[in-house]
Amino acid sequence: MKFSSDDLTALYLTLELAATVTLILLLLGAPLAWWLARTQSWFKGPIGAVVALPLVLPPTVLGFYLLLAMGPNGPIGQVTQSIGIGTLAFTYPGLVFASVLYSLPFVVQPLQNAFEAIGDRPLEVAATLGAGKLKRFFFVGVPMAKPGFFTAAVLGFAHTVGEFGVVLMIGGNIPGETRVVSVQVYDHVEALAYGQAHQLALFLVLFSFAVLLLVYGIQRNSYRMLFRLNS
Amino acid sequence: MNSAANQISAKLNYSFLENNQRKFQLDIDLDLPSKGITAVFGESGSGKTTLLRCLAGLEKGARGVLRVKGEVWQNERFTMPTHLRKVGYVFQEASLFPHLNVRENIKFGLRRITGDKNKTRYRQVVEQMGLKKFLDNHPNELSGGERQRVAIARALVVEPSVLLMDEPLVALDANRKREILPYLESLHETSELPIIYVTHSIDEVARLADYMVVMREGRAVGQGILSDVLEDTSSPVFLGEDMGVVIEAKVVERDSHWNLVRAEFDSGHLWVRDTGDKFGKKIRVRILARDISLALTNHSDTSIINRLRARVVSINDHTDPAMLLVNLALGNTIVIARISKRSASQLKIESGIEVWAQIKGVAILR
Amino acid sequence: MNNPFKKAFYGASLILLFSNSNVVVAESLTIASASNFAETVAALVQEFEAKSDYEVRLILGSSGRFYSQISNGAPFDIFLSADREKPAALVTNGLALPQSRFTYATGRLALWSEDENLISGDSSVLSTDEYKKIALANPRLAPYGKAAMEVLTALSLSDDLRDKLVQGENIAQTYQFVSTGNAKLGFVASSQVIKNGALTSGSAWLVPEDLHLPIHQDAVILAKSKENSAAHAFMDFLKASEGRRIIQSYGYGLQDL
Repeated sequence: MKFSSDDLTALYLTLELAATVTLILLLLGAPLAWWLARTQSWFKGPIGAVVALPLVLPPTVLGFYLLLAMGPNGPIGQVTQSIGIGTLAFTYPGLVFASVLYSLPFVVQPLQNAFEAIGDRPLEVAATLGAGKLKRFFFVGVPMAKPGFFTAAVLGFAHTVGEFGVVLMIGGNIPGETRVVSVQVYDHVEALAYGQAHQLALFLVLFSFAVLLLVYGIQRNSYRMLFRLNS
Repeated sequence: MNSAANQISAKLNYSFLENNQRKFQLDIDLDLPSKGITAVFGESGSGKTTLLRCLAGLEKGARGVLRVKGEVWQNERFTMPTHLRKVGYVFQEASLFPHLNVRENIKFGLRRITGDKNKTRYRQVVEQMGLKKFLDNHPNELSGGERQRVAIARALVVEPSVLLMDEPLVALDANRKREILPYLESLHETSELPIIYVTHSIDEVARLADYMVVMREGRAVGQGILSDVLEDTSSPVFLGEDMGVVIEAKVVERDSHWNLVRAEFDSGHLWVRDTGDKFGKKIRVRILARDISLALTNHSDTSIINRLRARVVSINDHTDPAMLLVNLALGNTIVIARISKRSASQLKIESGIEVWAQIKGVAILR
Repeated sequence: MNNPFKKAFYGASLILLFSNSNVVVAESLTIASASNFAETVAALVQEFEAKSDYEVRLILGSSGRFYSQISNGAPFDIFLSADREKPAALVTNGLALPQSRFTYATGRLALWSEDENLISGDSSVLSTDEYKKIALANPRLAPYGKAAMEVLTALSLSDDLRDKLVQGENIAQTYQFVSTGNAKLGFVASSQVIKNGALTSGSAWLVPEDLHLPIHQDAVILAKSKENSAAHAFMDFLKASEGRRIIQSYGYGLQDL
């Protein structure tokens, strides 16, 4: 495969975006998933549903509202302007922000499942051994949910790579800043440049396949590990 | 029993819905000794585990007052969170951390303390639980018994004020139980640490306990020194076929020809099987009510070796309408005999008369 | 607003088209129109339906996508493109009727902002620091985007503004960027901001036609709708004075017929 420099820029940008978003999502998603997995609060249902919304909503809905919200008169735009960073639409940080929202459930849900699978017992044991809330999270929750972190990271990364609708609506197609691979493929198709479209598209298909294969392989192993523990 | 300040005193109340259906209420008022093993005995569903969890602070809904060796763990205004209570807890399943090896599991609780004292403590516990050769193994490479020993070591290493054990043997088969019991006994002998030991096995109670609490439907229906509770035939602690007493004795004579030893207790002696114990070794034996029969004279023409002179203290009903339980005093020691009503009538057994207790079997517990 | 409803309606009508073609096609007409012409064509259809018994289904989208859909057998009767090349290519490929092709409108570009004081009827704002982002349609895909780039080149601004350019996938999205304020100004189709000869909001500069190549928008009847009387009737309506008046009122230019 031989990519044009525009294609390469888009690929590089996409990987950078996905890596950044994944890192942020793991940092934000882990405490959120921990809370969702452990709480008995009434808010668990509503907040869980909000986190899952991007699974259900068409990306255009999210993109549309983000475009309005990030605009100079929108709530997000008001905040970003008041702290002196201008508006977020058509910028890389804006894309990161949107992608974090968009890929949130893909990170939070595997983590939440992994945290729930730990059960109460190991945390009770840790408490009787003098571990407070933070220590229980860092020394029991996080290490025991390691396979979940891996799945979450891979899914978050892959989903961000595959993001299209939201980027299309708030990106503005700026090379090296907001023109990611999925948009580049779309442009090739729209411009009837099917050859270039094929190259990139095929690359994405192979990439996604490899990622999913990896995830399923690891999940099988971690299930086996859990099974051994319980037996 | 020790002074009140040194005791474990718990007045706790906790009600919750079991499986979101049946209301269960724990309502207890206990004063437990500050050393030795206290067995909390009862059928499943009697609230034993719930009691233990309340002591550890694992049940958020528990109300009441809890004082452990002079330290307030809970009162009307204050509930100390679990991680601040100096408590060791051994769960039914070992519940080791699967991501840590044996060494790391044991050291988990040491994170909060540092220094040389720790190293000594760690070494001592590893030694005591016989874990030296497993230190680098992961939990899934250990047998059930080994895992439970790691769990005990992990709980001990933090030097708790009280060790709570929730049926630590229940998940193990007979061989594994035999393997782990000596470790519990050594713990009992070598440390002042009070242990609250939940079990539904009267065998474990008889073998390990000094003090006993009997639970039924969330309440403590009997509590006291082990022998007092066991010999109280009028109490609700009814053990059926397992009714019997435990006697502490000392090996004083060996008959190697017949492979027997003579064990002396407060008010007499018993011949028991020679298990190789040294002279002077304290042993604990158990005599079941169904293994004692009564005679008015001393029959030497019987296969029964242990025949002791006894006085009838009281006669009590048995749930089986054909049977009676007879409390017998061998000097200061009480034993219980189970005989049929018909025999009692024929022999004219009544309080105060002298009889011969023929003891068919004596189980050496340790 | 009633998008899902529309979709269901089109879906159902497609099924009807394929199963019952004789009955339905005789009275009805499906138009695929470039999105820059959206409001104009809606007004045209309303008028057309009021004057005839024909029923019109209108589908809006990008010309490029319509082109590939028609090449793959999409069931449209008339294609109103945003450019000249795609209808010509369809004719060359035998998918459209050669004699039906004509330029129904010439697009006019407007530099537009929601800010009433930003643009003072000329291009001077472009060389100021009054704005961070300027929106235009993707020049590779949209004729209006291509024309906008030509304007910037003609004004020798294309290099200076490179970092300020944001691209919508089509002219509708470009309008969206500007109308939400995310881009302070942008090159849109004048038809999007001019109704009945007047600016609907904000401030604008109607770009002179000599700053870019003309944006000819061509229409064709597709080859398989040769016998569709409704299609021919609508094309006639576009050429008639009433149709031309409506097109002009939305800010489009006209070519002599």
